[in-house]
Amino acid sequence: MIRFDNVTKLYASQVRPAIENCTLDIEKGEFVFLVGASGSGKSTLLRMMLREERPTAGSVHVLGKDLSRLSSWKVPALRRQMGTVFQDFRLLPNKTVFENVAFALEVIGKPRHTIAQVVPEVLELVGLAGKEHRRPDELSGGEQQRVAIARAFANRPMLLIADEPTGNLDPATSVGIMRLLDRINRTGTTVVMATHDAAIVDQMRKRVVELEGGHLVRDQSRGVYGYSR
Amino acid sequence: MRATTVVTEVGTGLRRNLGLTVAVVLVVLVASIMGGMAFLLHEQVNVMKDYWYDKVEVSVFLCGADSVAASCNGQAVTQAEKDQIQTDLESLPQVEKVYYESKAEAYQHFKEQFKGSPIAENAPPDSLPESFRVKLKDPTQYAVVAGAFAGRSGVEEVQDERALLDKLFAALNGVQNAGVVVAAITVAAALLLIANTIRVAAFTRRRETGIMRLVGASNLSIQLPFLLESMVAAMFGALVGAGFLALGKAFLIDHTLAPKFQFTPFFGWDSVWKAGILVLVLSMIIAAGASLVTLRRYLRV
Repeated sequence: MIRFDNVTKLYASQVRPAIENCTLDIEKGEFVFLVGASGSGKSTLLRMMLREERPTAGSVHVLGKDLSRLSSWKVPALRRQMGTVFQDFRLLPNKTVFENVAFALEVIGKPRHTIAQVVPEVLELVGLAGKEHRRPDELSGGEQQRVAIARAFANRPMLLIADEPTGNLDPATSVGIMRLLDRINRTGTTVVMATHDAAIVDQMRKRVVELEGGHLVRDQSRGVYGYSR
Repeated sequence: MRATTVVTEVGTGLRRNLGLTVAVVLVVLVASIMGGMAFLLHEQVNVMKDYWYDKVEVSVFLCGADSVAASCNGQAVTQAEKDQIQTDLESLPQVEKVYYESKAEAYQHFKEQFKGSPIAENAPPDSLPESFRVKLKDPTQYAVVAGAFAGRSGVEEVQDERALLDKLFAALNGVQNAGVVVAAITVAAALLLIANTIRVAAFTRRRETGIMRLVGASNLSIQLPFLLESMVAAMFGALVGAGFLALGKAFLIDHTLAPKFQFTPFFGWDSVWKAGILVLVLSMIIAAGASLVTLRRYLRV
């Protein structure tokens, strides 16, 4: 599903690599937490999976494609098989819940009748049935993140990438979001989630990959957030 | 992306940046008018060349009693000299036709040309010289006639009407070039303005485009709305500009100038159509070009 092979990423303006000699394998259907302090390279790793960044050295394979060799016009096709969720939700404020999810399907050319069928289904899945016509500012943070997850999952991606999805949410709401991500994971979708939230990691008991200063320092199945907190 | 979605996006984009859209329309309008005028002036010169080059003649003016030219020796041309000049002219291979214009005929033509002007009223009938009008097979061969007859006794002056026309055309060309320069400046302004408009539009819609990139919308569907917006604005400006060109043709040329200057033809409506299509196509190409270059910088995958 995802393979990092001795990957180093050095940003142009910096001396120290953001990621150095990182090798990582993620299988289909896994749920992986990516933990580490701010600046440890979590986001860079996720950006390379999305091919927002290309590695300086080494190779990144995602969904069977070598991303360093993938030409840029094939990137959209790759991203259609991936869903992304962010800490700041990234919803369109002037669109309703339904329209926000539908927008993601419209712009990749899904026919109208498919959208009319898929959007209510996925909103039902994330627990937002009945709130289709609300606008994002009428929703709680947890609900907004559910909309974002619905949008990411609407096209039934093989891979869901979540960059601190609970970062803006209180613990109780975060638990709800984690249940949702877990349910999505059970449908067979691989989930990679970067997080600072120790309680969640400890509770979920999934695979944990820890980064420190750009190096992969721990890769543990059924792990916890950290030894020393 | 579906066509209706694209149309909605374009409409929203144009309305959201209404001020800039209007600015693009106006600058393209000015560029279209200037460019169209330069083109129409070019057409006008061509029409006049076609019309006048067929009619121009080389005039061999003959000495009158009060001529001051050295070849005249202060005497009017004699009948013998006249006959000899005519025979020699007709024997030249470059000459198609020679005919004689008497003082009286010259006076008639003069009065017709300057009808209603005080010059015509005050000119004495005797003041215009008699001449041979020479029509050449190839109007550029003027030098042959001038070389053979200038300075010959009885000939006051050899004059090529083409030279007079060329002065007029040179003046018109100057105006035309000035039009091209102004058009080029406005086109440059249009390019920069369109580029800037796209930049602002890309910035105001960075949320949408960011999401589109993440969910895997193709480059085309991300950039097409921006491209179409600038092309629609440019098309609108060019259409209004073409409308002004048509108004200019209808009122300035057909209504005002043509009745006053009946001796010369003016460009027709086919030229106006050509100018309209030209400015329309060029404006849209320019808008598309400026947009694509800007979009490459601001909306990368």
